[in-house]
Amino acid sequence: MQPFAYRKVRDVAAAVDHGAREPNTVFLAGGTDLVQLLQDGIARPDGVVDIGDLPFASIASTIDGFRIGALARLSEVADHPQVRARLPAVAAALDETASPMVRNMATIGGNLLQRTRCLYFRDGVSPCEKRDPGTGCGARRGRDVQAALFGASEACVATDPSDLAVALVALDAEALVVGPSGERSIPIERLHRLPGETPWIETDLAPGEVISAVFVPRDAAGRAQAYTKLRHRASFEWPLVSACVSLAVVDGIIEDARVALGGVAHKPWRAEPAERLLIGRTLDAALAREAGEAATEGARPVAGNAAKIPLLARVVARALADAGGLP
Amino acid sequence: MTIVGSAVSRVDGPAKVTGTAVYAADFALADLAHAALVQATVPRGRIHTIHTAEAEAAPGVRAVLTHENTRPLPWAPRDPRPGVDPKAGERLHVLQTDEVFYNGQPVALVVAETYEQACHGALALQFEIERDEGSAVDPEAVEPEAPDDQQSSMGDLDAAMRDAVHSVDVTYTTPGHSSAPMEPHASIADWDGDRLTLRGSYQMLKFNRNELADSLGIDPSNVRILSPYVGGGFGSKLGIAPEAVAAALAARQLGRPVSVAMSRPQVFETTMRRSETRQRVRLAAGGDGRLTGIGHEALVSSLPGEAFSEPVTQATPFMYRGDNRTTGLRIARVNRTCAGSVRAPGEAVGVTAFENAMDEMAEKAGLDPVAFRKINIPAEDPSQHIPFSSHKLAEALDEGARAFGWDKRRAEPRSVRDGEWLVGMGMASAFRVNMVVEAEARVRLNPDGTAEVETDMTDIGTGSYAVLSQIACEMLGLPADRVTTRLGDTELPPGSGSGGSFGASSSGTAVFLACEEIRGRIAEALGCAEGDLTLKDGVAVAGNRATPLAEVLGGRCLEAEGHVEPGETSSAVRQATYGAYFAEVAVNAVTGETRVRRMLGAFAAGRILNRKTARSQFLGGMTWGIGMALTEALLHDPRHGQIVNHDLAEYHVAVNADVPQIDVLLLDERDDWSNPMQTKGLGELGVCGAAAAVTNALYNATGVRVRDYPATLDKVLAGGL
Repeated sequence: MQPFAYRKVRDVAAAVDHGAREPNTVFLAGGTDLVQLLQDGIARPDGVVDIGDLPFASIASTIDGFRIGALARLSEVADHPQVRARLPAVAAALDETASPMVRNMATIGGNLLQRTRCLYFRDGVSPCEKRDPGTGCGARRGRDVQAALFGASEACVATDPSDLAVALVALDAEALVVGPSGERSIPIERLHRLPGETPWIETDLAPGEVISAVFVPRDAAGRAQAYTKLRHRASFEWPLVSACVSLAVVDGIIEDARVALGGVAHKPWRAEPAERLLIGRTLDAALAREAGEAATEGARPVAGNAAKIPLLARVVARALADAGGLP
Repeated sequence: MTIVGSAVSRVDGPAKVTGTAVYAADFALADLAHAALVQATVPRGRIHTIHTAEAEAAPGVRAVLTHENTRPLPWAPRDPRPGVDPKAGERLHVLQTDEVFYNGQPVALVVAETYEQACHGALALQFEIERDEGSAVDPEAVEPEAPDDQQSSMGDLDAAMRDAVHSVDVTYTTPGHSSAPMEPHASIADWDGDRLTLRGSYQMLKFNRNELADSLGIDPSNVRILSPYVGGGFGSKLGIAPEAVAAALAARQLGRPVSVAMSRPQVFETTMRRSETRQRVRLAAGGDGRLTGIGHEALVSSLPGEAFSEPVTQATPFMYRGDNRTTGLRIARVNRTCAGSVRAPGEAVGVTAFENAMDEMAEKAGLDPVAFRKINIPAEDPSQHIPFSSHKLAEALDEGARAFGWDKRRAEPRSVRDGEWLVGMGMASAFRVNMVVEAEARVRLNPDGTAEVETDMTDIGTGSYAVLSQIACEMLGLPADRVTTRLGDTELPPGSGSGGSFGASSSGTAVFLACEEIRGRIAEALGCAEGDLTLKDGVAVAGNRATPLAEVLGGRCLEAEGHVEPGETSSAVRQATYGAYFAEVAVNAVTGETRVRRMLGAFAAGRILNRKTARSQFLGGMTWGIGMALTEALLHDPRHGQIVNHDLAEYHVAVNADVPQIDVLLLDERDDWSNPMQTKGLGELGVCGAAAAVTNALYNATGVRVRDYPATLDKVLAGGL
């Protein structure tokens, strides 16, 4: 672990100020990911600003939607009666995340900003454009089933490991952000970036910007929704592939569809071919399968991850069937 | 018998669950320095420059040890080495050469005031290593060795296959596995003049002491190893690992005690792995399903020069009948982490693939898998033509099948559906060789009626403290709270160590013999034959006279040492343990996910010393079987050979959610050949084919035969689900 300056802040302005003025400073919330990265020498910040005491922990139902504080613990959100009743895809994504012990520590904002589980990023020694720019990508021609199927670049094939982010993209949620130039909101879909030539830049956040909350619009609760995750073992594993679908169904016709995929790209990946296929039609098992196949359009396997493609078709079909209450 | 055989709780349990049991890295020595290993990043090559300045200047760093500044060590290995111990060779000879033999090899040690400072210093160390382009990292891409002593043949298998009414010729592959013990390897070395004390986490202390002495070129009498508690070993702690030698070197160089604790990835990369295997199984049978031929040939891998190779076909010579038999083992030499013993070396993977092939044959022959096995149980060891010491496979199959409800299985695959889940049942037999090895123990009966058992035997979570205490309690007629067992210290009489399922039988026999001698002396004092003596609740009863032990002892201690060595019974009879696994699995027809719904094992392993710790061993073994069947696989980078999934997040051992209700039946058995306690070893029997029961059930559920372990959901789907 590289030595760093640790500061605990009690107000938002101080956090933003540290983050904006001091280069190479990171925010610490639940610590379930950052502490490991520090210990392994993968994160090498000069400063760590502990934002755990900021007033970002509340969960509230408002006139226009749900506001979930960025410092709320995953377990609290998953167990929240309104989340369970009205945003079942969010509850399911959280239930499927990590283990109960991790969920008791990890925060909503931290979950969205956790770093990739790419084996070549995490090992601390392989070439990695994300960890050590200029060294190349060790994973692309290596062996890692977690590698991306969509949106990868020559520089990076890493995937975002969050379950929650996939559900939030399917529900068209936003991240509420506080920063040097005030407050703004970013659609979760645009929070994470594709790697391109600069895979070390992972999000749209500017230095000093802190996520204060996640906002889920009220109409998300009215949509048919489901989150489905596939992995090797039954628990405590990042998604091999996952899918979250949310459907606006009127008189049996799908008026709007959002299909987000997890474990396959540097960000939650919108399966637009599947969405286009669904809109205007009535969901049945055949359409679910067809949409599953459509979700794999454009998938480009690398690093021995081709086995995920058929799984992707299945997980989308499964999520659609669950959302639509099909047998 | 009241104490031996009962479900006695671990005497060390309270210390472990309250955190007062002290494990290797937890010893708080004065002036202790902490060190971190630094590893090579190429599969084979030479270090030509090491930049140490930055690391040496890092906060708290006291020394950076590399091959350039470490004193040369002699290497004089002694023989014989224990059968389950990998030849450590150059692998233990750390920091001695600029040569790199595998990716992850320790090449430097950074010593600092704190563990964190050492790790930081380690990150600052820069190596320039020239990769040898001739390195080999893929076992399938090199020409393997085929040692003569690993090939065996009788009769004519090819003819048997030609003439067979039913035949199977299939190839199964199993991936590498990691032992992944809960406690990572750690050593604290502390020199007092020429004497070294090492607090480590090891399984076989008398051998570990010699290995350490050999590595350092000193006399074993100058080495003491303490391993009072060991948080799991599963083979990875049979021999010492690089951190022990590195700690000793650093402590000598710095003149203060040094602790080297491995990170989790270092345990994966620098201790050992179970080799991946490619196994061809051939079975020939007549129209009645009786086997006429058996072939079992395997390809495994190991580092160049290593003596150990995964003994895949170890049980094959005696499992089933058949006059025409071929076994063979080929070894690919690759630059990967050293291959070694991981729980049940040989049988864990060998019996698994074989029992899959048996399932395929039962179907071809139109026989129930249990019935098919029963008609092929041999009357004697079919390869050596010697009798079995005891053999209850048939009983295990019958009792297991009855308890499991095997009669409800539908033979036709894919015939039971529960919603979108396809449900099936499968079974497999269990086989594991039984061994007794040399062991010594000392028992002292004190004037106050307490007793002490002492041996350098280890308790690696297996229950040695409990069972050795039980044996002394039983023999000396003492309640549990009057007997103290001290283990894990090379100053004590050399026990068997823990490995190869031989610990309880071997060290237990040494305790038994010591107790027998004490009983003899009590009998002598009372003027009766040892056989006429009853010791109970601290009282000696001989004839119709009851004398309190304190009176018999008259203020003296009675001390005796027991010593057992394997005799000719090892070659006169075939000694092995047997069992049967049954599993019910459900496979999701949409996603290919496989979930084990319930599992049962019935085992015959001689007299059971402690029903509670024995059951725990079987539960653990079958849990390993579930992981082996469905999720566990070491993955190596195809270019550089490093283990890419080197931690417990990415190497997927079964978690609680993967493990259903598991039932264990312990059959009543006495083995008169094994030892005076009539026990056989059982620590590994739970994993010797368990995975095959799961994958055979997967086949019964789906009609998909996955021959490439583990049976992950993508392979199940690709099989045509």
